[in-house]
Amino acid sequence: MSESLLLFKEIDKPGLNTLDVYRGLGGYASLRRALTELTPDEVLSELQASGVRGRGGAGFPMGRKASFLPKGDMAKYLVCNADESEPGTFKDRELMQKTPHTLIEGIIITAYAVGANRSYIYIRGEYEMQADILEAALEEAKAAGFVGDRIFGSDFSLELWVHRGAGAYICGEETALLDSLEGKRGNPRLKPPFPAINGLYQGPTLINNVETLMNAPHVLRMGGAEYAKLGTEGSTGTKVVSVSGCVRRPGNYEVELGIPTRELIMNLAGGPPEGRTIKCFFPGGSSSPVLPGTDEMLDLPYDFDSLAKAGSMLGSGAIIVVDDSISIVDVALKTAKFYRHESCGKCTPCREGTNWTVKMLERVETGEATPMDLDIMASVCEQIMGNCLCVLGDAMAMPISSMIKHFREEFEAHIEAARESAGLGFLSPQVNRGRHAGQTPMEEPTGADPTAAVV
Amino acid sequence: MQVRRFAHGSRVPGWDEAADLTKDPAVVPDAASTPVPDELRAEIEGYIARYPDVRSAAIPALHAVQRWHGWCSPTAIEQAAVVMRLTPAYLSSVATFYDMFETHPKGDHTIYVCTNISCSLRGGDQIYEAMLSAGGDDPSFNIRSFECLGACDIAPMASVNGTYVGPLSEQDCATIVDDLRAGRPPLDAKNLAHRPVAAKLGEQAATVPQPDPASGPSAAQNDTAGPKDM
Repeated sequence: MSESLLLFKEIDKPGLNTLDVYRGLGGYASLRRALTELTPDEVLSELQASGVRGRGGAGFPMGRKASFLPKGDMAKYLVCNADESEPGTFKDRELMQKTPHTLIEGIIITAYAVGANRSYIYIRGEYEMQADILEAALEEAKAAGFVGDRIFGSDFSLELWVHRGAGAYICGEETALLDSLEGKRGNPRLKPPFPAINGLYQGPTLINNVETLMNAPHVLRMGGAEYAKLGTEGSTGTKVVSVSGCVRRPGNYEVELGIPTRELIMNLAGGPPEGRTIKCFFPGGSSSPVLPGTDEMLDLPYDFDSLAKAGSMLGSGAIIVVDDSISIVDVALKTAKFYRHESCGKCTPCREGTNWTVKMLERVETGEATPMDLDIMASVCEQIMGNCLCVLGDAMAMPISSMIKHFREEFEAHIEAARESAGLGFLSPQVNRGRHAGQTPMEEPTGADPTAAVV
Repeated sequence: MQVRRFAHGSRVPGWDEAADLTKDPAVVPDAASTPVPDELRAEIEGYIARYPDVRSAAIPALHAVQRWHGWCSPTAIEQAAVVMRLTPAYLSSVATFYDMFETHPKGDHTIYVCTNISCSLRGGDQIYEAMLSAGGDDPSFNIRSFECLGACDIAPMASVNGTYVGPLSEQDCATIVDDLRAGRPPLDAKNLAHRPVAAKLGEQAATVPQPDPASGPSAAQNDTAGPKDM
């Protein structure tokens, strides 16, 4: 267990946010080793050997992403994505607040590996305390000569700044973040060209999540191959998982990837309150398709590949537990409203799709809907996916369509109950049950099969 | 069924005030006729120096003028524009995109109550209502329901003038309002800065009161009853 805790090992040591305490625990030793003993290519190959996958949501291997940046002398940028806005995610907040120097060290190491000389930490505007702590830590690092010209007497120089955002979920998307950092409205860009080729100020840009970058010092300390022994084959290392919602001990827990999801929800976070059961849970933030709280799902190993196989995703590593006292319609409505509010409005499917999904869910809520609306909703979701510049629309479509798929009966029962209490009378019989929800269509009674007459 | 209508009579939100088409578009303000406080100018120029492109300083500069003037007033935007040599329209376009920039006058104390999914599962919507009834009438408070603030471990929570506090009970809302009026740090006992990681909290955290369906409305009932945040 001792080595399976990397980022959280000394997390509550008093004064860890100061340079002296951090260095006392061996901080900046990896940086010194990288800059004085290793070439950038050697650092890059260690990162690649570690197999660290991006902790921000997409799960792309960090080393491979860094290797896409062109070699040579040009203005290259490293941007740290600290715009943690995914509902249910709060790992970066705790990490930056308690151990900001790990992030600064990780940024310098990664910038050295890709040859970036200018770097920005884009932190969401709401994290005022964390930004203040980071800026104070950065001042210390600059005074100690870790950030600036010719670090440790090497040829490598780095300029690093903290850039505060102003409250926009979309700016967590990497190209929208670049636009926002360039001082524009945070609209996503068309990809390709990818930021690795054409990013910030048109230069090659590497964008990584806070937690991803924080792993870099540990990768160098342990060695990439040794680090890769943690976790599973496809998902190496440890992960700080944010567990929230209907659990007794919500919070951040650092675990090795691949442990059973049950261990996280039931043991570490204490499970649902007394007398309740888990109805469903979001395994990777509110953008991930929900999984029902069955034994089969709770026994899934918590890693990138197992969750993808089960039809969901690890995302940002945020488990939101919903217990049986909560109506699934409310969860769906809350989720959809969030994405409607945060859609930047650039692409029609997302702007209109999120809006109409909210309207239809409000009709479900008040009982004005028919089960046909569930099909229309599922088809709207289907048409958002893959049709926009970024995945914000998909991020609403995936959880909503998974809720319709897993809890269709509950949606229908809610409509009936709401109709009755609003005095709207009986429902008309529905057609096409489950067509868009990925289920097999309801079987027609044998005698009344309409296709039989045609043949 | 009553259809909700906006001020201009339409069912869709739009602009309540017509654009003045006879007016020329605003150009970069004249430095001679737009005075900027020296301190504010120095701060904005400090931000500009951090980036290869002046526009990148738009968000930090707008934060600075908002701190100075209380909100992004036309004067505030003009002052940022004259230092940055950009048009006020450009900065307005940025200011209207982001949730934290206020384009209308607001109270001195900003309280964001998180009503996103994790907080609402633990009663965030009731906290928002309790906060409104505690300080909603006072024009010096700017109380808003906000999207996920990234502190679901202390759900339900609020950000009070940038300080995260939680987990909140409905009684805490009055305490926060009183603390702000008296100039004390808001609800310091529940400040996020004092909180250890969840694994260390152990049994202590297990005693955090859960929203009880018997005594208080559940998140499910609340959503229909509560004010819609949009």
